[in-house]
Amino acid sequence: MATVMPKPAIPGAGHAGGAVPAGRPARRLWLRPFDMFCHAFLLVWAVLVVFPLLWAVLSSVKTDGEIFTDPWGLPVTVRFDNWARAWTEASIGRYFMNSLIVVGGALALTMLLGSMTAYCLARYEFRGNRLIYYLFVGGMTFPVFLALVPLFFVVEQLGMLGTYHGLIVVYTAYALPFTVFFLTGFFRTLPGEVAEAAFVDGCSHAGVFFRVMLPMARPGLISVGIFNFLGLWNQYLLPLVLNPDEDHYVLAQGLAALAVSQGYRSDWSGLFAGLVIGMLPVLIVYAVFQRRIQAGMTAGAIR
Amino acid sequence: MRHGKHRFLLSFLTIPLILYAVFVISPYVQAFYLALTDWRGVSSRQRFIGLGNFTRLLHDPVFWAGLRNNGVMLLVVPLATILFALFFASMLNLGGRRGRAGVRGARGTSLYRFVYFFPQVLSVAIIAVLWQFVYTPNAGLLNSVLDAVGLSALRNSWLAEPSLALWCVMAVIVWSAVGFYVVLFSAAMQSIPREIFEAAMLDGAGRRATFRRITLPLVWDNVQVAFIYLGIAAMDGFAIVQIMTVGPGGPDDATEVIGLGLWRNAFTYGKFGYASAMGVALFFLTLTLAALTLRVSRRDRVEF
Repeated sequence: MATVMPKPAIPGAGHAGGAVPAGRPARRLWLRPFDMFCHAFLLVWAVLVVFPLLWAVLSSVKTDGEIFTDPWGLPVTVRFDNWARAWTEASIGRYFMNSLIVVGGALALTMLLGSMTAYCLARYEFRGNRLIYYLFVGGMTFPVFLALVPLFFVVEQLGMLGTYHGLIVVYTAYALPFTVFFLTGFFRTLPGEVAEAAFVDGCSHAGVFFRVMLPMARPGLISVGIFNFLGLWNQYLLPLVLNPDEDHYVLAQGLAALAVSQGYRSDWSGLFAGLVIGMLPVLIVYAVFQRRIQAGMTAGAIR
Repeated sequence: MRHGKHRFLLSFLTIPLILYAVFVISPYVQAFYLALTDWRGVSSRQRFIGLGNFTRLLHDPVFWAGLRNNGVMLLVVPLATILFALFFASMLNLGGRRGRAGVRGARGTSLYRFVYFFPQVLSVAIIAVLWQFVYTPNAGLLNSVLDAVGLSALRNSWLAEPSLALWCVMAVIVWSAVGFYVVLFSAAMQSIPREIFEAAMLDGAGRRATFRRITLPLVWDNVQVAFIYLGIAAMDGFAIVQIMTVGPGGPDDATEVIGLGLWRNAFTYGKFGYASAMGVALFFLTLTLAALTLRVSRRDRVEF
């Protein structure tokens, strides 16, 4: 174990050093150009991030002609009919609904099963407890590609290829490891007294879970729920393999298919509109719950 | 309170465990067996061929192309992303004017952090489609911006150029990943006690010295985690390559990745045994990498 001891005098700290008279801010003149460069760079990256997104929004309300002749000029008239066309003719509307159904179902199931499992693992001693816990934790470390081929056949054998319920259970199964891992830690930190009191009052095991522990775990549930929602909404590989039925395409899959199919190339504005329809809801949700989402997403990395 | 405990556990754990066993554990286990067969999807013809698939892998030029490209991505993507993210995070948290008020972030920190995180909430599929349009030669954003700033000489058909295509793919991955790690490193930097920076400042440490000797060692755990995550991401790259590049994987296998080869072998050619072998190879590669990263980047943990 090492402790960090800043050296008293570090070469390069230079002339400004301790020579700043008291009462004046310790600003160093020589840092100024470097500072400006750094701030400019911050700004450049922000522009790099925002510009393609804005460009897509802009292009989604232009005509194809405008997109080709003046790729980043403003449209003459704002054409929201592109959006309407994408929603109906290009089936973006249907894909959107499919995504809602599959992600909504999988999210609900994941949260329910995940919290049930985590609660048992965190608050009950029984044989096999550790084994189950490590099975779930181990599941987080394997690449999905490894399971891809056998998974396809498992789902096919069960007759669930291209069905909503098939996608929902597969999504759930693959979201469980992290959910269980995260919530087990969370349930362990909750105080046990309230649960004891509930038991004394004659509450059943399940009653304690649903009426006492689950409400107490709300902050953890929200974090992991947000994490799962974004993860599931953005899923691409699993639906690509397990969901060959075009009527059941999820949004990401449908958009990618539209972009890849050559025939649709003639309708650029429609495809841009589809992209924006796919982007906006998530960005709006993000804008509203910014802190929660950032915290929820990074919580996954700090284990 | 004891009675009914086992019935309760059984009722709670059965469904999730069955689901997990059927859809996660059993496929992973099966993959290792399938990798040793020449299975092509018809159950009657499943012959055990030992390591045959793996020797064939070694002579498969497309697999090698994927391995090479994933290797390049592995060298470039994590390093570039982490350098950018560390720079931005330290600017945002510690880069402000160093007046008497102590160490603060640059102005507009929360706005920057908000904006940088955008790509993280977008689906990879959407990012890939969007960037395909950015790179498109004729009306694409990149070429038209180059025209507008008088750099028409740099115009290119980005994704159709074998020497550029992989760099275009990596740029997209870095673009989409940086924001996440800025937020991650920011959280770590926020948790460092201000007094440490103030003490260093009083001792006359410059910005670079402060970063090298204080900030970096104190966020090293997070950097390590970032290396592992980005390493895993660099071994993937499937969605972006499959949607964005020509072929996909082209031109001339210039953007081929292992995951794409696996997917193609399985679901286009129907060589399920062979594809499973690729999955097993990918698994061991990822495992080795994670272990190596942990070993190489091990440092004494700094407590504060």
